[in-house]
Amino acid sequence: MQNQYLIIALAPLAGAIVAGLLGRKIGRAGAHWVTILTVGLSCILSLDVMRRFLFQDLPVFNENLYTWLSVGDIEFHVGFLVDKLTALMMCVVTFVSLMVHIYTVGYMKDDDGYQRFFSYISLFTFAMLMLVMSNNFMQLFFGWEAVGLVSYLLIGFWHKKETAIFANMKAFLVNRVGDFGFLLGIGCVLFYFNSMDYSEVFARADSVQGMTMELFSGHHWSVITVTCILLFIGAMGKSAQAPLHVWLPDSMEGPTPISALIHAATMVTAGIFMVARMSPLFEFSEVALSFVLIIGAITAFFMGLIGLVQNDIKRVIAYSTLSQLGYMTAALGASAYSAAIFHLMTHAFFKALLFLGAGSVIIALHHKQDMREMGGLRRYMPVTWITAWIGTLALIGFPGFAGFYSKDAIISAVSHATRDGAGFASVLLIAGVFVTALYSFRLLYLVFHNKERMDEQTRSHIHESPWVVTLPLILLAIPSIGISWWATEPLLFGDFFGSAITVLGANPLATLESEWHGPLAFALHGFMTLPVWLAIAGALLATIIYLFRPGIADSAAKGLRPLHTLLDRKYYFDEFNQIVFARGARKLGQLFYRFGDQAIIDRVFVNGSARMVGWVSGILRQVQTGRLYHYAFGMIIGLIVLLGLFALTTWN
Amino acid sequence: MNESLLLSLLIWAPIVGGVLVLFAGDGRPAMARMLALLVSLVSLLLCIPLYMGFDTGVADMQFVQQLPWIETFGIQYYLGIDGLSLPLIILTAFISLLVIIASWEAVNERVAQYFAAFLMLEGLMIGVFCAVDAFLFYVFFEAMLIPMFLIIGVWGGPNRVYATFKFFLYTFLGSVLMLVALVYMLLKGDSASILAMQDLSLTMREQTWIFFALFAAFAVKIPMFPVHTWLPDAHVEAPTGGSVILAAIMLKIGGYGFLRFSLPIAPDASLEYDWLIITFSLIAIVYVGLIAMVQTDMKKLIAYSSISHMGFVTLGTFIALSMAIAGNTSGAALALEGGMIQMISHGFISAALFLFVGVLYDRMHSRNIDDYGGVINKMPVFAAFSVLFFMANSGLPGTSGFVGEFMVILASLQANFWYAFLAATTLIVGAAYSLWLVKRVIFGEITNEKVNHLKDINGRETLVLSSLAFVILLFGIWPDPLVDVMHESIYKLVEQIQQSKLTG
Repeated sequence: MQNQYLIIALAPLAGAIVAGLLGRKIGRAGAHWVTILTVGLSCILSLDVMRRFLFQDLPVFNENLYTWLSVGDIEFHVGFLVDKLTALMMCVVTFVSLMVHIYTVGYMKDDDGYQRFFSYISLFTFAMLMLVMSNNFMQLFFGWEAVGLVSYLLIGFWHKKETAIFANMKAFLVNRVGDFGFLLGIGCVLFYFNSMDYSEVFARADSVQGMTMELFSGHHWSVITVTCILLFIGAMGKSAQAPLHVWLPDSMEGPTPISALIHAATMVTAGIFMVARMSPLFEFSEVALSFVLIIGAITAFFMGLIGLVQNDIKRVIAYSTLSQLGYMTAALGASAYSAAIFHLMTHAFFKALLFLGAGSVIIALHHKQDMREMGGLRRYMPVTWITAWIGTLALIGFPGFAGFYSKDAIISAVSHATRDGAGFASVLLIAGVFVTALYSFRLLYLVFHNKERMDEQTRSHIHESPWVVTLPLILLAIPSIGISWWATEPLLFGDFFGSAITVLGANPLATLESEWHGPLAFALHGFMTLPVWLAIAGALLATIIYLFRPGIADSAAKGLRPLHTLLDRKYYFDEFNQIVFARGARKLGQLFYRFGDQAIIDRVFVNGSARMVGWVSGILRQVQTGRLYHYAFGMIIGLIVLLGLFALTTWN
Repeated sequence: MNESLLLSLLIWAPIVGGVLVLFAGDGRPAMARMLALLVSLVSLLLCIPLYMGFDTGVADMQFVQQLPWIETFGIQYYLGIDGLSLPLIILTAFISLLVIIASWEAVNERVAQYFAAFLMLEGLMIGVFCAVDAFLFYVFFEAMLIPMFLIIGVWGGPNRVYATFKFFLYTFLGSVLMLVALVYMLLKGDSASILAMQDLSLTMREQTWIFFALFAAFAVKIPMFPVHTWLPDAHVEAPTGGSVILAAIMLKIGGYGFLRFSLPIAPDASLEYDWLIITFSLIAIVYVGLIAMVQTDMKKLIAYSSISHMGFVTLGTFIALSMAIAGNTSGAALALEGGMIQMISHGFISAALFLFVGVLYDRMHSRNIDDYGGVINKMPVFAAFSVLFFMANSGLPGTSGFVGEFMVILASLQANFWYAFLAATTLIVGAAYSLWLVKRVIFGEITNEKVNHLKDINGRETLVLSSLAFVILLFGIWPDPLVDVMHESIYKLVEQIQQSKLTG
């Protein structure tokens, strides 16, 4: 199997190298063919791995490929751990990536950087695969930063756009804040668990459990809690959890295919995957899990609210992504790792679908993204319209659609959790369902329904996108509807994940399991639960406001001016960071430079000592008068002093 | 070939080659260039038998050559290398060759003298890393200043006189104190060999004096806060080639000095005062990193970045002491090797970054960040290299810049959580100044009309930059062969610092 795993990981890298270095030689078609074929190969082989896991009892693969570095008894390896959790991620990553590759052929067809773009997205696929297939913390960090690099390159893909090159720097730096914590977490793992390999670390969790560390003298902290929180700070950066979420909305400056692939379906879920993978550690720390739970719930609700007031179609979906990532994080905090991964998967499909649909709209309108200049597009773009409906229904968790099962599992798990913060979190998550439906349907109506608000020239050119764009939409719509029909049972209630996920306490999904009598019955049962009615209420409210009485939205915005402004300014996070961190760091740097380096060190000490030498030698120079009697006088004094000293010493 | 002659050949081939280039004369620049290229190529090729013949299984000095020199004082022409010196020697030969290629068209006056200076500098620097006799070390250490002084003073920028004096006085002041310490040990131990000095029994008082005397020399060289301010000035005035050599190799001699002299000769004093150096190192990482962020001159920014990165070398070196004493041998080795790797890697990356400035400076005659913007539109290949190098500078995994920082941060967490905490801020600060520069210089719309006339890098420049890109990626993806050569020497060093000179 090692060869198959190697091919899965390396094929996209090969595609990326060929498209990147030989892009000019092989031309545009060459670049998209080589990358689509290599990623396609990865995808087929990944599906094959999944098939073997499901039907042939493929054993878990855990082996090192080579030794990256070894010092003393510390070893760093590059290797693969492929169990069902990994296999699931591999399938999701390669499938969505393949869809995005195909879609890009249409979306980027007039772009000068065509080959470069394909090279980047294939490189991303490689990095993401290395991340999910890693069997140790070092390689995890490798993949972690590598996907960050590609994200940086892709957000700034249109490098003449000032907003884009600001956004990509911001994304990288905010992620680095997360990685700062992550790296310290890895340091703690190495120090206290004395290994970098997952299996060894997890096996030692039990013995490290009681250990404490002293961060401030007199205060003892549980090692596992500190380690887990530090690791989770990394996840907060990558999976854009408040307050490190600020980079994700700005990342929408990049081309839409990567918003779908990187900033919705795969990379941003790396944090979720990581915490699930670390479940054998997190389970030993109630404090860390409560922290995870609360951060997730806050993100889920408050980021969803911002989505209500955005007018840029991609930004609405971006805030939706933040909110959904919050749901996944909250699930992790409730020990419902399998539900988090399940939602990660369904979300990957329907959110990629929504983003690609938005991209389809954006091409049709010649790169206009403001929803106030859209409307009525259903008449021109039926495939995009219908698939967008499917994506929306899946997102709001309408019974029967993919998102319903996964979101319901999360809400159920959090409501039944007994951990600190669980009550608070479950209120936010349930309220969030209403918000989700409201902003999702708002988007749907503003874009596809209502009257046409674009200018005449744009309108005359609107048409449905070519097949390379609509085909991925259709292929993503299928799992957005139906993946949960067969996946819910094994993932949530069966033993699909096996040893990959550890839960120490009571099964958080036990209540849900007792209500489970097959997907259809469960969907029908959904109509008797609060979340579904909240979703329907949200959708209805949106229908009234945005379909029938468009005036309400404006008067509501006026009536709730302070709230509207707060949301419109995104809780002033950007302003705060800009003033405190960005400007603060520069001011501090200036202070150190002007005062510390230039004034104190250089002027006082360095040049000062040079002046001092000059001054002293200026005085000494006076002694050299050139007059013989001065020198003779000096000699006599010197002789007397010496004789005196001699006399004194002999005397004693 | 006789093994014991190889080191002499490595030292003297470039020096003699430099003299030959001088004879070629400034009147025949083409010949001078070709000859210089040939000589530096031969030097690098000589590293092949050196690497192949090196036995990674022992910590002893290898390729030893021992000849009497000043017999009255027991001073010898004593050469030898171990795992600490081998990588630095290869680095020197590699970077020197690249500098010769990169400087091909950099100067038009006194061409032969320019190349001769670089060749002689190469030989002297290799001499520093080969010397086992402390006075031979000292001679090379001081002689090295002369060609560098000339390179900056003759071919440097407008403010070169101030910069050269600052550079010279700073380093000279430090090394004079080192000389006193060496003479003291020579008289006490009757041997000028560094190995004998390492075995010399010294009281705490003696160790303290010796430690601070050596510290003065090496702290200035590396340079460490607060004696770092000569470096930005020297870099700004130095021609590109001079900056590359200065950053890539000469700074490393400070780090090498700590490992070769300070730790094994004065282990107890090193342990006693490790907090001081650790504090300075952390200040270098945080304070100097923030200073780098606000620079408007690209060279100054990279110079400050170098100081900040060197903080990891000294941090790694000195956190190892307490860990070794506490019995955490692996942690100590991790820290020391992390420091070594950081030196090698910074050799590649700083060379790449100063060449980056050189490429732009050759075309625009400006180092001012604000004069640029949108370079990628005219120089896409160059822009790709630039992004790679600056990413490496901010410690991206997969590049060599990651390895050393990663090792030192992991190790410092074992010494003290807050060391790691402060050191890890480089993830943010280092990325901030690196990427902000990239944003302002490489990306964006073209605002300066001059940028519109830029031509992408030529074949020669591509060759140089891609060689560096190759090694940066190679050691990022697979650093094990690099640490493999140093293991035995590092383990021996750990034993040496574990063994107190006071009780034994």
